[in-house]
Amino acid sequence: MGEKRNIALAGNPNTGKSSLFNLLTGLNQHVGNFPGVTVDKRTGECRLGPGHAAGVLDLPGTYSIFPRSADERIVWEVLGNAAHPDHPQLVVVAADASNLERNLLLFTQLHDLGLPLILALTMPDMALERGSMVDVQALSFHLGVPVVVVNGRTGEGLDDLKSLLMSDIPAPRAFRFCVTDLLTLADQPEAQIRDTEWRYSRIREILRKCQVRKDSNQDTASLRSRLDRFFVHPVWGYLVFVGLLMLIFQLIFRFAEYPMEWIEGAFLALSRLAADYLPAGVFTDLLSEGVIPGIGGVVIFIPQIALLFFILSILEESGYMARVVFIMDKLVRPFGLNGKSVVPLVSSVACAIPGIMSTRTIPSWKDRLITILVAPLMSCSARLPVFMLMIRLVVPDGNLWGFFDLRGAVLFAMYALGVISAIAVAWVFGKIIRTGEQGFLLMELPAYQLPRLRYVFLHVREKAGVFVTDAGKVILAISIVLWVLASYGPPGQMNRALESMKQAHPEWSPDSPEYKEALAAVRLEHSFIGIIGRGIEPVIQPLGYDWKIGIALITSFAAREVFVGSMATIYSVGEDFEEGLVERLRDERYPDSGQPVYTLASGLSLMVFYVYAMQCMSTLAIVRRETRSWKWPLVQLLYMGVLAYAGAWITFVTFS
Amino acid sequence: MEGKALSLRALSVLRPGEGGIVSVVASHHLAPKLVEMGLFPGKEVKVLFRAPFGGPMAVEIGGGYTLSLREDEAMLVLLDPENF
Repeated sequence: MGEKRNIALAGNPNTGKSSLFNLLTGLNQHVGNFPGVTVDKRTGECRLGPGHAAGVLDLPGTYSIFPRSADERIVWEVLGNAAHPDHPQLVVVAADASNLERNLLLFTQLHDLGLPLILALTMPDMALERGSMVDVQALSFHLGVPVVVVNGRTGEGLDDLKSLLMSDIPAPRAFRFCVTDLLTLADQPEAQIRDTEWRYSRIREILRKCQVRKDSNQDTASLRSRLDRFFVHPVWGYLVFVGLLMLIFQLIFRFAEYPMEWIEGAFLALSRLAADYLPAGVFTDLLSEGVIPGIGGVVIFIPQIALLFFILSILEESGYMARVVFIMDKLVRPFGLNGKSVVPLVSSVACAIPGIMSTRTIPSWKDRLITILVAPLMSCSARLPVFMLMIRLVVPDGNLWGFFDLRGAVLFAMYALGVISAIAVAWVFGKIIRTGEQGFLLMELPAYQLPRLRYVFLHVREKAGVFVTDAGKVILAISIVLWVLASYGPPGQMNRALESMKQAHPEWSPDSPEYKEALAAVRLEHSFIGIIGRGIEPVIQPLGYDWKIGIALITSFAAREVFVGSMATIYSVGEDFEEGLVERLRDERYPDSGQPVYTLASGLSLMVFYVYAMQCMSTLAIVRRETRSWKWPLVQLLYMGVLAYAGAWITFVTFS
Repeated sequence: MEGKALSLRALSVLRPGEGGIVSVVASHHLAPKLVEMGLFPGKEVKVLFRAPFGGPMAVEIGGGYTLSLREDEAMLVLLDPENF
């Protein structure tokens, strides 16, 4: 068996480079990251034949070797520096056959770096349709490297590419296209422009010799322009977008709910199984109450992430997403956002995690960072149980101005508050955050095409995998810490409380449900979290909360919806808490004054608190993953905490 | 030559359907990027459509592909209007 070759795939964005990568590696691919930067490193293994395999690195798409973003800098570093650990022995340049001129710019640059190259012409069907297919042999002759045509859709030509990958490709004669040493031009924009112009004139010359001009198919061109006119229309364009969003949310809420329930049920059953069959003890408790629910808390997000990315990548693949960016850019720019921020923000209404993961497409770091920072302000589905509980508790069933359902109006107000705050905060961050770079749009509007399901599924698998492996570790660690804090407390205090509970109700047998519920309540109350909850009472009193709410606030840091479960435990209303909890909370009064704890003022205040507070460790974990630092999740935790406190206080004072 | 320089128009002021030949790309930090994306002198371009409310414009670059750019980005590209 020969030595394993390292191959890199390079090319412009939207050239079918990724489908080429998928064709070569199949499911043998892995997403990691380049050290120190937020760029995904997609690698895989390709079986070339008996005894022959190659490691394939899918480099980020770029139009030129001169970097203008973190992604493009990776290409520059990997290919420009022979000492780089990922420097390949061979580069396959993917080039869109229907748009060769621009695609060949990167090719000529890589050529002049002296790298052994193969040129893979992709999208031959589109080139044939447009009548711009070149003479492949002539092109190979003029460029001085092997040229192969590969159809990413059908896989046609893949075997030719694979056999080329096994053969010996010599490094090309350097400086064939230009006389300057590219590596010296990194910081010289004027020289870069001259170099690029010269390359384009050489490319045009070569293409003139290789072009086989035929009549283009006017039908597809006119279909495309008709679709474009519709999707960017001042009325229809926005209506289609809004309609599509409604449809997406319907799909997510309708279909993600079932697998989420199954996952919840399965992990609950697994916890019980562990508790019942393993020998009782600290280790079993840790497993059944800490680790298993912790893993469950990670897995529960997968249906939403998978479904959202399934839809998003179909929209991206089809070419529609670029049109959304196109029509939304002007509307969101005054607020420090980019047209490409719109879809991540809207996705965050389902769940901020996939929303934040989809900010990768925003080219400017500042625009992307602001989008990440404000995305969790969009009210996600996990806030809904909290809102519903509070609305049923404190908002009377009635009408607003005769025709709006009052409860519905309050729910809408909470969502609107989130959206308005996200926009306002984006504007403020836009003024505060100073980076040298200036945001730009400058993007290709890709041709419309039918999405390839295979590619869509690989994308979904990749995103879900990244979430589980990267964010999952942090989430699991925090859940175990929270479990320890909620299960243990100073033993003396805990035992005294348990004794006094037993004395107060000597009639309860240790197996009765009343006993178990009361036990859980006492244990939580006297655990470390309970003590912290009591400790913060003076701090949260101005917001209209008592120490029991304080405990629920702390436990729900794991995830917002935990709030409802914690309230059920604290008030020991047992498993069927839906109705019981609302009744129980309604009767709750301050022991000293006899005033009810849950009033319109304190209930609204609590809802506003949940609109703002960063009560989601999974989001913090994914922000850390996407920004590669703890700085930004901490900034987020802090600013959202301040907003939550201030907003809740103002609400409480206003409605008291 | 003098007369020709005066007749140059910025890409940003063109209406859909209008086009020309790229003559100069103004000096700006985005200039190398614009040239790399195909807006080099001598290239024929045509405005296809514009986004509503003064948003970005879609420009066909020499029959090869469609580029979308903001108005202030298109301002950097000066065209020699071609028989319009």
